[in-house]
Amino acid sequence: MRVRWLLLLIVTWSGQLWAGPDIQSWQTSKGARVLYVSAPELPMVDLRIVFDAGSARDVTPGVAYLTNALLEEGAGEWDADQIAERLDSVGSEMGASSHRDMAMVSIRSLTEKRALTTTIDTLAEVVGSPRFDGADLERNRKAVLVSLNHNEQSPGTVAKKAFMKALFREHPYATEVEGTKESMAGITRQQVIAHYQRYYVASNAVIAIVGAVNRLEAERLAERVTHRLEAGERAAELPMVSTLEAATKLAIPFPSSQSHILMGQPGIYRGDPDYFVLYVGNHILGGSGLVSLLSEEVREKRGLSYSVYSYFSPMRRNGPFLIGAQTQNAKAQEALDVMKQTLARFIEAGPSEEELTAAKQNITGGFPLRIASNSKILEYLAMLGFYDLPLDYLERFVDNINSVSREQVREAFQRRIQPENLITVVVGNGQKPAQSN
Amino acid sequence: MEHTMRLMLCAALMLLSFSLLAENRVQEFVLDNGMKVIVKEDRRAPIMVSQVWYKVGASYEPDGITGISHALEHMMFKGTKAHKPGEFSRIIAQNGGTENAFTGRDYTAYFQTMSSDRLAISLELEADRMRHLTLPAEEFAKEIEVIKEERRLRTEDKPTGQVYEQFSALAYRSLPYANPVIGWMNDLENMQVGDLSDWYRLWYAPNNATLVVVGDVDPQEVFLLAKKYFGPLKREAIPQLKPLREPQQKGETRSVVKVPANEPYMIMGFKTPVLTTAETSWEPYALEMLAAVLDGGSSARFSKNLVRGSEVAVSAGAEYNAFTRLPGMLLVDGTPAKGRTMQELEEALRQEIGRLRSEPVTEEELERVRTQVIASKVFELDSVFYQAMEIGMLETVGLDWRLIDQYVSALKKVTPEQVREVATRYLVDDNLTVTQLEPQPMENSKPVRRSAGGRHGS
Repeated sequence: MRVRWLLLLIVTWSGQLWAGPDIQSWQTSKGARVLYVSAPELPMVDLRIVFDAGSARDVTPGVAYLTNALLEEGAGEWDADQIAERLDSVGSEMGASSHRDMAMVSIRSLTEKRALTTTIDTLAEVVGSPRFDGADLERNRKAVLVSLNHNEQSPGTVAKKAFMKALFREHPYATEVEGTKESMAGITRQQVIAHYQRYYVASNAVIAIVGAVNRLEAERLAERVTHRLEAGERAAELPMVSTLEAATKLAIPFPSSQSHILMGQPGIYRGDPDYFVLYVGNHILGGSGLVSLLSEEVREKRGLSYSVYSYFSPMRRNGPFLIGAQTQNAKAQEALDVMKQTLARFIEAGPSEEELTAAKQNITGGFPLRIASNSKILEYLAMLGFYDLPLDYLERFVDNINSVSREQVREAFQRRIQPENLITVVVGNGQKPAQSN
Repeated sequence: MEHTMRLMLCAALMLLSFSLLAENRVQEFVLDNGMKVIVKEDRRAPIMVSQVWYKVGASYEPDGITGISHALEHMMFKGTKAHKPGEFSRIIAQNGGTENAFTGRDYTAYFQTMSSDRLAISLELEADRMRHLTLPAEEFAKEIEVIKEERRLRTEDKPTGQVYEQFSALAYRSLPYANPVIGWMNDLENMQVGDLSDWYRLWYAPNNATLVVVGDVDPQEVFLLAKKYFGPLKREAIPQLKPLREPQQKGETRSVVKVPANEPYMIMGFKTPVLTTAETSWEPYALEMLAAVLDGGSSARFSKNLVRGSEVAVSAGAEYNAFTRLPGMLLVDGTPAKGRTMQELEEALRQEIGRLRSEPVTEEELERVRTQVIASKVFELDSVFYQAMEIGMLETVGLDWRLIDQYVSALKKVTPEQVREVATRYLVDDNLTVTQLEPQPMENSKPVRRSAGGRHGS
C-alpha cells in the first residue's frame, strides 16, 4: 500500500514545471556584458564580474593567479587595510578567485544605501585601478609557495594535478593554475601588469547581478563597476583540446594509507551539442551520488571507497571527463578494475529504460532546487554570460533533459569516450600502509 | 560626520534585522509522543528542506564504541522492514530530491531538500526509519569498510586532521569531546552490528528528535503531516545523561605530531564556557565578540597584523562556538609565512592574545563586528538549508531556536571591558593546550611513469 502510493506520486510527476528566472541582459557603455535577475525578497545584492583571464591566458604559469590575488591588496587611494576596513565596516563580503578559464571578483552587500555605495565603489577601484605594489606581490608570492607546498602533502591534489597535466599536454589548460615553485619564483610586477592590462578590460568581462535592485539601479551598478576599466578587446580564441591516441598510466608513490585513483580523458565544452545527452548519461554512471552505477559497484556492493564519482566539467574548450575514488592501498587494483569494468559496461550497453527514467525524474524534479537561492542564480548567470549560452537556457533545461533517449546516451558515450585511451593516475603507497590510530 | 553616518547605518540595519526576525516566521508544535516540530516559512522558491535531528552524537559515546553514532548514521540508509537497502535514496532521487546526513559531537541529523509538494514522501520515509531499521549484518560488514575509508581520507592521510585529533584528545581530560566524531580506527575495527542495534534502540525515538522544515510550506499542513507519520511512533525512555564538567586545567599542555608533511601548523586552545554552562550569560557573547575582533574579516587583527603587518603568518584563525552541549574551547590556529618559524608565529599569536588582556578593544572594532553580524544574518536567509541547520542545532544542544533573534541584541550589549574580562579570565597560559605539526620527510613521492603507450600524438 505504502509503496504503491509513493510510486503514484512519481508517475504523476510531469506537468509541474517552474520556468527559470527572468534574465535581462545589456552592455555597459564600456562594452561589458551584463546579466541581471531581480530578487526583491531579501535586502541584499550579489554581483560578480568575470574576466576571460584565467591560467589559460598565462605566458608564465601563475601570473593570472597572482594578478587576481593582488586586486584586493591595494587599489586607487587605498591599501589592503583600508579596502578591508571599508568592506567590513558595512558588513559586505568580497572574494576573488582565478581558475583555468575564469578570473573573477564577487561581492555580496546589503542594499542599504551606504553599504551598497561603499561596496560598489571599492569593487570599481579593485578591478579598475589595482596598485600591484611590490611588497604586496612579494607577500602573495610567498603565500602561493606555501600553498604549493600544502598541495604536495595531499594525495588527492597530487593526483588531480598529474591528471590535468596528462590530459591537456601542450594545451594552455595544462598550465597549473597556481603555477609551479620555479615559475612563481620568477614572476615580475611587469608580467602581472601586462596580464592585467590585456585581460581585465570591459570587452573581456561579464557581470552577473542578482538582488533587490531594479533594472535602472542594476544598470547604474554595472556602469559604476566598469567605469575605470579600459574598453579593450576580448581574449583570443583558445586552441582545441586534442584527443588522446593511447592510454597513459601514472603511478605516483605517496606516503598515504589510501590510493587515490583518477581515470579519464578530454570531455566536452560549454555549448557542446552532446551536452545534455552526456550529462544525463553521466548522472546515471557516476553523477547522482549514492544511487549511481559507480557508487553501487564500488561503494554499496564492495565497501571499497567512501567517495566515488564521475563528471564532465565543460569549459570553453573540452574540459575533463573524470572518474575518481580512494581506497586503502591493498585494494587499489580491485577498485581500479571495478571502475573500469563499470565504465566499459555502460559504454557497451548504455542505460536501461528504468535508469534513464529515474535519472530524468531526479534531474527535472530537482530543477527548482538549482535556482532556489540568489547565490545559485548568480552562478548560472556568470556561467551563461561567460560561455555565451542562450538566455533561455534555464527555461529549456527541463525539455532538453526530457528529450534524451537511451539510444542517444549509448551512441554519444561510444563516440566520445575511448576506454582504451584513458589516462589512469594512482597516487599512493602499495607496499606499506601508514599506521593508523 | 563619519560618526553620525555610522550611527545611521547601524540604526537602519537594526530596523532591517527586526523585520527579518525568525519569531515572525517560525511556528513550533509538539506531538503527543514528545517529538518537536519546528516550521519556518520561506516562500521565495517552491522548495523545502526537511531535517530530522536526534539528540545523540559522538559526545554521547562511551570508550570502546567511539564513532558508533556516525556508523549508525551510515546504516540508516540500509533498509527497514518496508524498504530494502538503498531504496530510501532511490525514492528521494526519483522525486527530484537531494538528501544526506551528518553527525557531530552533539547531534545526528538527516535531511532531504525537495520540491515543496514532496514533503509527505520525506516525512513518511524518515518516520519509517526512526523505528523500523533492520541493520542487516552483511550490509554492516561492507559499510564499516566504507567508514574506515572515510576515516583514512579525512584523518589518516591529512596532516592537519591528525593534528586536530591529537590536540582534542590531549586537551580534554574528562569531556568526551576528546574523541573524534568518526571514531578511533581500533573501535571501528571492533564494532559489531549488535552494538549499533543497541545504540539505535537507546536514542532513536520521537521524544529524542526534532523535525525542522523550512521552505515554501504551510506550518499547519506540516504539523498535520508530521502528526500523521510520526504521531503513531511510540515514546521511549531515553537514558538520563550525567552532568559532565571538565576539571580545571592547572598548567599549559603541549604536544607535537610528527607525520610526513611539508608545512608546519599549530593549534592553540583555551578552555571556555558556553551558553549551556556559563555562570554569567554575557560571557559566551563576549567570547564571540573577542573571536571576531581577532578573525572576523580581512580587517580583523590577525589578517591586519599577522598576515599583512608583521607578515609572520600565511594564515591565522580564531574560532569560538557558544552553542554546544558541553563546554569547549576558543581555538586559535595558524601556519607561519615562508621564512618565518613556528616559534615566531606562536609568539605573535600570544602577543595578540596578551593585548586582549592588557587593553580594551576599541569601540570601532566592536561596531564593525556588530554590523558584520547583522549583515550576515540577512545573507543567511538566502539558504533554506542554513536556516534549518541553525534551528535544529540550537534545539538539539539543549538551547532554544529563539536565541537566533536574541543573538544580535546580546552581542550588541557586549562592552570593551567585558571582552577584556573574558580574555583575562580564560585566555591564560594555565588554561592552554598547544599542538604543533612537526613535518617529517615526504619519502618515496618521486613520480614513476609506467606507460602502456608512451607519448601520444596531438
